[in-house]
Amino acid sequence: MSTPGTHGERLATRSPLPQVHLKHTGRWISAVIVLALLVLLAIGASQGDIDYAAIPSYLVSPVILEGLVNTLILAVVAQVSAIVIGVFIALMRISQNPVASAFAAGYTWLFRGLPVLLQILLWYNLALIFPRLQLGIPFTDIVFVDLSTNAVMTTFVAAFLGLALNESAYMAEIVRAGLKSVDRGQIEAAQSIGETPAQRMSRIILPQAMRVIIPPTGNDFINMLKGTALASVIGYMELIKAANNISSFNLQVMETLIAAAIWYMVVVSVASVGQYYLERGFDRQDRRPGGPPKATSLRRRVAADLGRAPMIRSTP
Amino acid sequence: MTQALRTTDPAPVLEAVAIDKYYGSNHVLKNVSLEVHPGEVVCIIGPSGAGKSTFLRTLNRLEVPDSGEVWVGGQPMGFELRGGKLYELTERRVAAQRARTAMVFQHFNLFPHLTVLENVIEGPVQVQRRKAREVRSEAVAILERVGLGDKIDQYPGQLSGGQRQRVAIARAVAMRPLFLLFDEPTSALDPELVGEVLEVMADLARDGMTMLVVTHEMAFARQVADRVVFMADGAIVEQGPVAQVLEAPREQRTQQFLQRVLA
Ligand SMILES: Nc1ncnc2c1ncn2[C@@H]1O[C@H](COP(=O)(O)OP(=O)(O)OP(=O)(O)O)[C@@H](O)[C@H]1O
Ligand SMILES: [Mg+2]
Repeated sequence: MSTPGTHGERLATRSPLPQVHLKHTGRWISAVIVLALLVLLAIGASQGDIDYAAIPSYLVSPVILEGLVNTLILAVVAQVSAIVIGVFIALMRISQNPVASAFAAGYTWLFRGLPVLLQILLWYNLALIFPRLQLGIPFTDIVFVDLSTNAVMTTFVAAFLGLALNESAYMAEIVRAGLKSVDRGQIEAAQSIGETPAQRMSRIILPQAMRVIIPPTGNDFINMLKGTALASVIGYMELIKAANNISSFNLQVMETLIAAAIWYMVVVSVASVGQYYLERGFDRQDRRPGGPPKATSLRRRVAADLGRAPMIRSTP
Repeated sequence: MTQALRTTDPAPVLEAVAIDKYYGSNHVLKNVSLEVHPGEVVCIIGPSGAGKSTFLRTLNRLEVPDSGEVWVGGQPMGFELRGGKLYELTERRVAAQRARTAMVFQHFNLFPHLTVLENVIEGPVQVQRRKAREVRSEAVAILERVGLGDKIDQYPGQLSGGQRQRVAIARAVAMRPLFLLFDEPTSALDPELVGEVLEVMADLARDGMTMLVVTHEMAFARQVADRVVFMADGAIVEQGPVAQVLEAPREQRTQQFLQRVLA
């Protein structure tokens, strides 16, 4: 057996042997098949009985744009309300008060348990059981507010209630999971410096819980954007109802629906990008101001490798 | 700096009177009483499960005792004294009482979403409503004193355990508390990082800070403490000057404990 020294020299001076790489034949075949299927699909689509040239004009037609705006309004108002209600329900759920906690559990059970479409229909038809909505003191003649249910329960209000209350039950669970994810020691540390319950919640717990709350909330908002389509059933003028309104005149059902589909894709894509930046904003403890995280960890690793113990400045 | 004089002021800054605490049927604190005077450094030692942490946490009311009183700077923690009766305070008012104390935890419990400086000024600015500018320069001075003047804009996640605990000490000191409570501040640290934290604590003690320290570091107790309290089974078994309790303990249980930890 040769000594390590001569062995190493031999390896260093020898020219490398030629290498024959794998051909990945299977990969090539599957790629060709997928491409072929896509081409077939495109040919099929082009031969369909559809007026592609009409779609761009539908995209910007006033009716579709009105539907788009209504979709956005409904989704945003419902989601924001659901977040606010969800935070309150979550706080009730984790509170020491057994009545509040039980109420919150029941609320979640009810509004999460029923299909959203059913909830929207129930709200929209509320007038069948309560023709008038009154606010007053029971068993007396004192009435502060008295309204016709049908006047209050517009398509927007019914759709809003159905979507927002259902979503608030999900938001309550998301917020609760976020609050629970914060270490108990954080609450104690906040207590130890004299923070009140409200300060602990707003300054210490919620900012940390946000990291857990935002990703599923973003998903839920994207679902909400699409869920507004259910409001078309009761005649709220969102994207799908708008598309149907056009096609009921000219029978271009697919062309108008595709225009609506394109708007959904655009809106959902924008929301996804927004979610990405929001998440980054709440991840700030993982970053160092004025330097990318890689540089930080590298520098720390080098310092650790050098075994440099942190120094204490001695006081005079 | 000359060693600060230990005041013999008769008014204790902290008084625990006959504290009892149960967890279910587990009697964790049994009629525990303790007085701490301004400038004193008191070390609490004892076996695991003796109730040291629980006792320390009743002092700033993180734990509510089942009976007994805690008086901090002449005020009953958790209560208001009116007409000879103690009226229980709301959590908001208790929080204000806690702001006169400060605590250092075994696991640091720094706020991970705030920078080192933000951690230190959180209490003084948000709770004590002191001027941000003034608090900031004071906080920087405290951080320099604990050797972290170059870390003020970092996040806790970027620091070593020893550095984190020194930030936690700075956060506590910035409250200008009547006294500091430490619950095993070095137990979660790698052995080579213990020294830097103890050094900071010794420095505070030399400066006259009143401190109550639950610790397993006998060398620290011997060098820094004015008084050592030995707890076992939810009660104070023995207390006195360092020389007496650590070198010539009277109680058999203290002797046994010391033999075990010093072996
Ligand atoms: N939150 C709690 N719920 C129930 N029992 C508890 C709780 N905290 C502590 N105990 C019990 O109270 C007793 C005293 O605990 P404590 O943590 O005060 O002891 P310790 O002296 O600090 O011990 P160690 O040296 O291990 O920290 C133990 O029997 C423990 O199991
Ligand atoms: Mg303990």
